Amino acid sequence: MSTDDSDCIVRFENVGLRYGLGPEVLQDISYSLDAGSFHFLVGASGAGKSSLLRLMYLANKPSRGLVNLFGRDIATLPRAELPAVRRRIGVVFQEFRLLSHLSAFDNVALPLRVAGVREDEVERNVVELLSWVGLKDHLQARPPTLSGGQQQRVAIARAVIARPRLLLADEPTGNVDDRMAMRLVHLFEELNKLGTTIVIATHNETLVDKLRHPCLRLDEGRLSMRPGRVIDAAADMPAAGRRRDESDGSDETRRKSGKVA
Amino acid sequence: MLSRRSDIPLDRDGLSRFLPWLVAFMVYLAALALAGTLVLNTLAARWDRDVSGTLTVQIPPGAGPRDDDERLRATLALFRDLPGVAYAEPLDQGRLMALLEPWLGGMEATADLPLPQLIDVSLTSDAKLDVAALSRRLAAAVPGATIDDHSIWLARLVRMVRAVEALAGAILVLIGASTVGTVVFTTRTGLAVHQEAIEVLHLTGAQDAYIARQFASRAMALGLRGGVAGLALAVPTLLGIGFLSARLEAGLLPQLTLFAEHWLALAALPLAAALIAMLTARYTVMRTLARML
Ligand SMILES: Nc1ncnc2c1ncn2[C@@H]1O[C@H](COP(=O)(O)OP(=O)(O)O)[C@@H](O)[C@H]1O
Ligand SMILES: [Mg+2]
Repeated sequence: MSTDDSDCIVRFENVGLRYGLGPEVLQDISYSLDAGSFHFLVGASGAGKSSLLRLMYLANKPSRGLVNLFGRDIATLPRAELPAVRRRIGVVFQEFRLLSHLSAFDNVALPLRVAGVREDEVERNVVELLSWVGLKDHLQARPPTLSGGQQQRVAIARAVIARPRLLLADEPTGNVDDRMAMRLVHLFEELNKLGTTIVIATHNETLVDKLRHPCLRLDEGRLSMRPGRVIDAAADMPAAGRRRDESDGSDETRRKSGKVA
Repeated sequence: MLSRRSDIPLDRDGLSRFLPWLVAFMVYLAALALAGTLVLNTLAARWDRDVSGTLTVQIPPGAGPRDDDERLRATLALFRDLPGVAYAEPLDQGRLMALLEPWLGGMEATADLPLPQLIDVSLTSDAKLDVAALSRRLAAAVPGATIDDHSIWLARLVRMVRAVEALAGAILVLIGASTVGTVVFTTRTGLAVHQEAIEVLHLTGAQDAYIARQFASRAMALGLRGGVAGLALAVPTLLGIGFLSARLEAGLLPQLTLFAEHWLALAALPLAAALIAMLTARYTVMRTLARML
């Protein structure tokens, strides 16, 4: 595996993460994602899924190890170049993180506006996408007035509006019924067909089983891989952590509300 | 610069409600200090212009009217022959009376007072007179006559005016510094309050400058609003002071008036406040964000 392989969108080497002086919540994470791949990220609540995604969307720096995005080592990236990298990453946050004083329209428009896209283009794209996710009648609604499922769709629209090269979604189907979940995952698959690399953290086993994409599995901060049926992106992975059989999957459907150390 | 839409709900925090009031107060004080400086400056310049380049020669009353005339003629002759003297005329006795009237009463009372005779002397602007040597020559020619070149009291006045000006300048600097401090404080608090929105903006790829611009234009708008309010309060105050001084001085003091260019300088204060607020907010945000990931 060459260091600056342009087909490699994400590459982690021996990454560890601890919050403050706490224990390492991620340990010895080594994996890479090929351009255009589609992965689920599964694991019990508190296993570190959100933490791993946070490292990928540059909200945190690793305590140790190497994080490489789009062929660039994040540790040596000048601060001024971070925005350019972040604009190639779309994120659906677990808690949505919509700006509550802005309308659905303005929330979705955000990634385009910070990138300096012309306002008429912003308007055309945002209206089109919000219509597609069924929020045509809620363009001016502010997030607190929307239902959980509607907010989730606004969050997804904001993540994909700028056609990112890497899309990271943290439990994006948690607040919608199975039909809408399927519809949203199909949106991600459409995006994937256009070349976007996708990682979806989820504990929805039905979804994982039905779609048979390769799985990244986190178990108490350690990562293992399960190749998917369609794309075998994990074939050339360095052996990282234990491999787990998918029969353990039932554990993840049981969500714990407390944080696991 | 003044964007209508803000991605950060800056108008929702209570802080932005208190910034305009503080700026208004600052601009009000600044306007008074600046107006004072400008008036004093004009006054000092006018005194300087009126008084430098003029001498007053005083001839004490002699033995009788004839003697007085003789001494006056001798003195005038001395000055009119000097190079650098543009003009030397005796001060009209009537004008002298008018000047003294407020203190001494009407004509009747002063008619037979032994008054000194005064001669007004103007020098050409490039004249360099040795007043001390001239005084000795004059005293020799006309015993008792003295020259007053106003330089001593003028120097004292100018020193006083400069001291007051320096004080006003220091006040202006302090006001500017407190404005900067206030804006730094409100901006820092705003950054803390809106941390969540700022992180989301960062994660969607916003440059620091994009975020700083929102704080800066907000601070500018608030600074301008407060500045205009402060000036609006200062103008009636200044007009009131001008009116009162015009009534009280009764012709003894020079008029305390602000000219058009002074009003322009005062009108620039809200703009200066807005500019200071904008630059301070921008600098504060850029510095604070530079410490984040
Ligand atoms: N900001 C944080 N500060 C301290 N500990 C954290 C923080 N975020 C997550 N953790 C801890 O890290 C571990 C992994 O959490 P998380 O990444 O949210 O897991 P998951 O998304 O799989 O539920 C948990 O033990 C959690 O308590
Ligand atoms: Mg999570």
